[in-house]
This record gives sequence, C-alpha cells and structure tokens, in this order.
Amino acid sequence: MLRADGVTVSYDRHRVLDRVSVDVPPGVVTGLAGPSGCGKSSLARVLALLLRPAAGRVSVDGTDVRRWRHRAAPALRTRVALIFQQPRLAVDPRFTLLDVITEPLRVARQPLDRAERLAEEMGLTPDLLVRRPHEVSDGQLQRACVARALALRPRYVICDEMTTMLDASTQAHLVARLEDYRRESGAGVLAISHDTELLDRWCGTDSSIRHLERLWTRT
Amino acid sequence: MATVTRRRHDRSRRLAAATLAVLGVAVLLVPLFARLDQSQVDLHSASLPPGLAHPFGTDEMGRDVLLRVVYGLRVSMLVGLVAAAVSATVGTLVGLAAGTLGGAADRLLMRIVDAFNSVPHLLFGIFIVALFSPGATAVVVSVGLTHWMTAARIVRSEVLTLRSRPFVDAAISMGSGRGRIVLRHFLPHLGPHIALAAVLMVPHAVWHETALSFLGLGLPAHLASLGNMINDGARSLLAGNWWPSLFPGLFVLLPTLAISSLAQHWRDRSNPRRRSELQL
Repeated sequence: MLRADGVTVSYDRHRVLDRVSVDVPPGVVTGLAGPSGCGKSSLARVLALLLRPAAGRVSVDGTDVRRWRHRAAPALRTRVALIFQQPRLAVDPRFTLLDVITEPLRVARQPLDRAERLAEEMGLTPDLLVRRPHEVSDGQLQRACVARALALRPRYVICDEMTTMLDASTQAHLVARLEDYRRESGAGVLAISHDTELLDRWCGTDSSIRHLERLWTRT
Repeated sequence: MATVTRRRHDRSRRLAAATLAVLGVAVLLVPLFARLDQSQVDLHSASLPPGLAHPFGTDEMGRDVLLRVVYGLRVSMLVGLVAAAVSATVGTLVGLAAGTLGGAADRLLMRIVDAFNSVPHLLFGIFIVALFSPGATAVVVSVGLTHWMTAARIVRSEVLTLRSRPFVDAAISMGSGRGRIVLRHFLPHLGPHIALAAVLMVPHAVWHETALSFLGLGLPAHLASLGNMINDGARSLLAGNWWPSLFPGLFVLLPTLAISSLAQHWRDRSNPRRRSELQL
C-alpha cells in the first residue's frame, strides 16, 4: 500500500494540501479528481517522494518515508513511478527516445535490451527511437515516458493528468497499456485527472474514485 | 524569410570556421617555411610601412610585423586558451557545487565569489604572478585564478534553473543520484554556456598578458606575443606609425570573433528548440 496520511503542503503562505490522506492499494486503479489548482500534482509529487510535505506521513508498503528526493533510498524511490502531465518538460531535450527509456535501466544496472521490448509494447518503432524530443509529437513522447516509467517495474504508478494533452486514440492506447501492466504485475495505479469521465471509464467497477475536494477536510 | 536568416547563419559559420582554419594553418606552418627570422633586428629597414617586401610593414627594430604576428598569435592564443580553460574549470567546479548543494554551502561559496570580486583583479593577478618567476605559467595561473567568478555565477544560475525542471524530477524518481544528475543532465546542458564564457575570456586573457608584460611581470620582452607587440607598437604610434600595433590588434579580434561565432552556433545546436523557433 502506498499511503499518504494527513499530508500538508504549502508554497510560501499558500496552503495547497491541508491534512490530506489517500491510499493507493496494489492491484487496483484509484482515481483522484479535482479542479485545477486543488493540489493534485503536489500530492502526486509527495507520493513519488519528490516533494517533502510540511506535515503528515508517507509510507510505501509499510516503510515510512523519512528522506526525500535524491536522499531517499533508490530502491524506495523506484518503487513509485510518476508519469508527468507534459512529456516535453519531463524528458531531457538532449536525449533520444531510446536514451529516455534506457536511462532507468542504466541507473539500476539492468540489461538494456529490455528497452526495445518496452518501446515495442508502447508502439514506438525503431526509427522513432533515434529521434530527439523536438523531433516527435507529444503523443509519441508520452509513450516513451510511459515506457520509462514501467522500465523498472514499479509497484505503484502515478499518472498525473497523463493524457490531458493527447488525442483520444493515444489516450486509449496509453490507458490500455497501463491496464495490461497492472493486471500482469499487480501494481497499484493512481490516476489523477480533472476529467471525471475518463476516470469513470478507466476505473470501472473494481476501483474507487476519490474526489480531492472531498478529501480536502478529511483528517 | 526563414531560409534567408538560416543561410546567413550558415555563411557566418563557414566564414568563422575558414578564418580559424587559415589562422591555424598559418600558425603551424609559417614558422617551418619562413625565410626570415622573426627576431632578426635590421635597423636599415626599421619602421617601414606595409609594402611588397613586408606586407604588414616592419617595427622600429626592423622586424617583420607579419611574421611576428604569426609567432605572437601562437604564443598569445596558447596563453589565452590555457588561462581561459583554467578559469572556466575552476568556475564550473565552484558553480556546480554551489548550485547542486544549495543551502549553507551555496551561501558560503557565493560569499567567497563576492570576496574575490571585491579585490581589483589586476592587482590580485600581480600578487599571484609575484609568487612565481615571470613567464607563461605565471600569467596563466594569475589570469585563471582571478577570472573564474563569472563562470561560477553563470554555472550556478543555470544549475538553479535546471534543478527545478521536471526532467530532473523524473531522473530522481528513476533512482539517479546527485552525481549522475550532474554528469548526465547538468554538465551537457552547461557545456555550451561554459564554452562561451571560456571563449569570451580569451581576449581578456590576452589583454592581461599585455598588461602583465608591460609591467615586466608577464612574458619576456623579446618574445613575440600579441600583447608585447601591441605594447611595443604603442610607442611608434606617437611617431605616426600605425601598423606595428594595428595588425596585432586585428589578430586578437579575428580569432576571437570566429571562435565566439562558432560557440554561438554550438549553443543553438546542442540545446535544440522547435524548428519553427530556430527559424524565427
């Protein structure tokens, strides 16, 4: 279970999250909805161990998180993968798509040949893999980002408005791939979006949708 | 319109590369094939204006200015490049440390930069030179240790903006440590900025070489360096002889412009924007 308990986040004097708690159980999709500016992305960054909350606790499979960002243990950090809203900002502009996908494998010293299979599963052809971000579309770039996120087989995947910028067919494809991964690996998915229809379709019956506005005052 | 701008960029880049190539070949080959000796004093042909026998004229000792410019270019560019490389390296290390570590380390390092900046750097340079025996090494160390602050500031501010980019968050989330983020993400982005700062340092380093040589602390007076030559030429300027200082001056300018034009191009290429942006 990926768990945030009473998390508070403030930017200067503006408080975006006030004692918010959320559970992301393994094996299911949890939806998180809320209007823009309500702190969805901040919560995503807290859960991905990228943002230290001012108060509250975060735990990954029972392990309390005490250190954040690069100070957190790599094994703990890589257990939670984050897929960003804007793929163009989320990849190093100097990397080719293949570099983007192989980078986590290099860091973890795992065989690099897995990258090609991941790319193939995401529908990225070899001629796309040698291109750099400015030479591909947002949709193609986001596919590479999803491949990167799944490269180390995370226990939890946080999708922060993953498909907001993309067309319907790419959206459907990315959701389908993540569903394949979830079913095959038993990973927990936190789908964050302002689009409740998308969450309804994605989460279906076996999952729950939480609205952040409702969580707002929960202690 | 876009293609016109692009073609103009291409042309200036080719011109810069060609200039550097010609200068490089001249600097390497002329000393091998020259029939004259650059240090040959010939008082019968002293202070001759540019002409067929001496295309750049002769100085007040009758030495051929063209030949001495080629030799001087060799010495000055070497001193300038090494000094710029030293200052860029020191500046990069300090800037990277300040930007990456942040907090107290950042504040401490930046106060050290301020302290270095508050001392007149020529004076400080003279102090450093005085610790060595006069010569090229002393000039290189002196210029290098008094000019790293600009590079440090540039590198630090770039690291601060890079640090907050989402792709750095992504790298952290994928398990990258600080060292890997510096090597894989920061340094490649900083490369063009550092190179540009270093290149723009080169003429400044040559100027310092001149100033130190003038004070008798730099390169020995008989050695043809562009700095020494401009310095010597300044005397004959009073007698109306413009050529012994103009030509070495031009040859400080020419390679610097060429190198900075190429550095600009490199910066554009290594940090690719959308094609439509590049064509604006």
